Amino acid sequence: MTVMTKGKITDVQELKNVAKKIRINILHMLTQAGSGHTGGSLSAADVAVAIYFSKMSFNPDNPKWENRDRFILSKGHAAPLLYAIMAEAGYFPMETINNLRKVESPLQGHPCCKHIPGIEVSTGSLGQGLSVANGMALGLRLDNNPAKVYCIMGDGETQEGQIWEAAMTSAHYKIDNLCAVVDNNELQIDGPVEEVMGIQPIHDKWEAFGWHVISIDGHDMEEILKALDEAESVKGKPTVIIANTTKGKGVSFFEDKVEYHGVAPSQEEFDKAVKEIRNG
Amino acid sequence: MGEAQSTEHRTQNTDKSRTEEKKPVATRDAYGKALLELGEKRPDVVVLDADLSGSTKTIGFAKKFPDRFFNMGIAEQDMIGTAAGLALTGKVPFASTFAVFETGRAWDQIRLTVCYSNTNVKLVATHSGITVGEDGASHQALEDIALMRALPNMTVIVPADAAETESVINTIVDQKGPVYVRLGRAKVPCVMPDDYKFTPGKAFVFHIGKDVNIVAAGITVDMARKAAEILSEEGIDAGVVNMSTIKPLDEETLLTAAQSSGLIVTAEEHSVIGGLGGAVCEFLAENYPVPVKRIGTQDSFGCSGSPAELLKLHGITAENIVETIKEALKK
Repeated sequence: MTVMTKGKITDVQELKNVAKKIRINILHMLTQAGSGHTGGSLSAADVAVAIYFSKMSFNPDNPKWENRDRFILSKGHAAPLLYAIMAEAGYFPMETINNLRKVESPLQGHPCCKHIPGIEVSTGSLGQGLSVANGMALGLRLDNNPAKVYCIMGDGETQEGQIWEAAMTSAHYKIDNLCAVVDNNELQIDGPVEEVMGIQPIHDKWEAFGWHVISIDGHDMEEILKALDEAESVKGKPTVIIANTTKGKGVSFFEDKVEYHGVAPSQEEFDKAVKEIRNG
Repeated sequence: MGEAQSTEHRTQNTDKSRTEEKKPVATRDAYGKALLELGEKRPDVVVLDADLSGSTKTIGFAKKFPDRFFNMGIAEQDMIGTAAGLALTGKVPFASTFAVFETGRAWDQIRLTVCYSNTNVKLVATHSGITVGEDGASHQALEDIALMRALPNMTVIVPADAAETESVINTIVDQKGPVYVRLGRAKVPCVMPDDYKFTPGKAFVFHIGKDVNIVAAGITVDMARKAAEILSEEGIDAGVVNMSTIKPLDEETLLTAAQSSGLIVTAEEHSVIGGLGGAVCEFLAENYPVPVKRIGTQDSFGCSGSPAELLKLHGITAENIVETIKEALKK
């Protein structure tokens, strides 16, 4: 079989440049849409860019290619991040990003696999992605398929009980072709995660559930790449990367602002934000 | 998909003595048997259970094909998500537990990762209805058909006996997309003729009556047939339709039945809200309004007791079908 994958990017500076472009496109989409989730799309951007453009094998011209690595955005509200990446990767024309959240657009408010081939499963109701990732990893293992599965969750999302059901499953079945990421931006809609419903000590919890845990600065591209390499090398147990991140990362006036969880930028804010990202 | 069948209504090839000779078998036992056979033939079939494999009868498959069986522990939500993931790698997952947990506990997971994502997951639940018996209301699913029927992309099937269950399982393994199959705990009489083969969306007509037609599914099919016999002795022509696929409903057969008798009685081991009775009323009200009487649980929970006692308590019996019809015909 001819394997057509985008050339993987290994250069850190190049990955950082892609991440800047992705951030600008996220904000463009949200501004055009007039609604959507700004903070959590920006916080997970660096990790998601590293996974897609430096680690994963995939083929946008054949999204169902059976040896593709799989990606599940369990925190489905960060859909603009996924769409910006998939547009950049070539899954659909770049102009499609002008239609986020518009009626009959493939870019639904939360990711929908029916509308965009390459989205593995629909998400949006939190807590479900890790279970699906486990199922995929088990299926691939049954087929001796070397493909890997990546799954990004939110930190607030780990308040969902199903996450811990799935965490038990991953360890019980020694699923090591899966790498999970917790986007640990410490904020959720109603406020700081620790005030709404504390999840700490998050590192110890995952470890106690039988996972190999790597805590990193989720905006340091070199650390991210190192953690992803480590995850791949760990055998016999699942790996989770706790990516310590800043909600709204890259735009000073969005950073750590809980009010930008589910609010889109105004045109004025967008113009200012783009300048900051470009100069950052 | 199974071989194409005629769209004409099939009528019973009456060899009643042979059918009645067969011993009652629980539909869950038939499921376990069908899975074992499928396991041999189909390497893509995988099975998941939530700590009830001995009761749902997936245990046979588990022992014979341990690599393709996943016990998920008491975690139904995770079971459904995992099944969806397996389906997305080309497997045909059968996920089983009791109906109340399968459809209630994991409803949002079924909605998002099975129906909205249109994954090829087969949900086969056992211990539906009040014939669960002594365990009581917490374990008696009386709302599961309603819950599953409301979901886009979902097919809902309620087999009447062991033979139909086996035919259903062997058919849906080749039907792409989400399917819910509702099975029971108790042994049920064999009602379907030997040459019967299940076709999705196609009701089985025992007889179309001129005075009334009883539309049944699951264990009530046998009751409907008994009721029709009793009524026949009193000169009332009562038809019996096994509406084993509740979604999509066999509208053509239902219309024929309604046109023939002008009176329909539905019978199910489920709430009259949202189940077979609900589905039948929705269709007839819009397309051919005739009087309908719905037999089933009347907006209530179940309770502990023997299956026979509970069926009597809720009026899900051949006798109550007879009474209901006589009452309706008086008007």
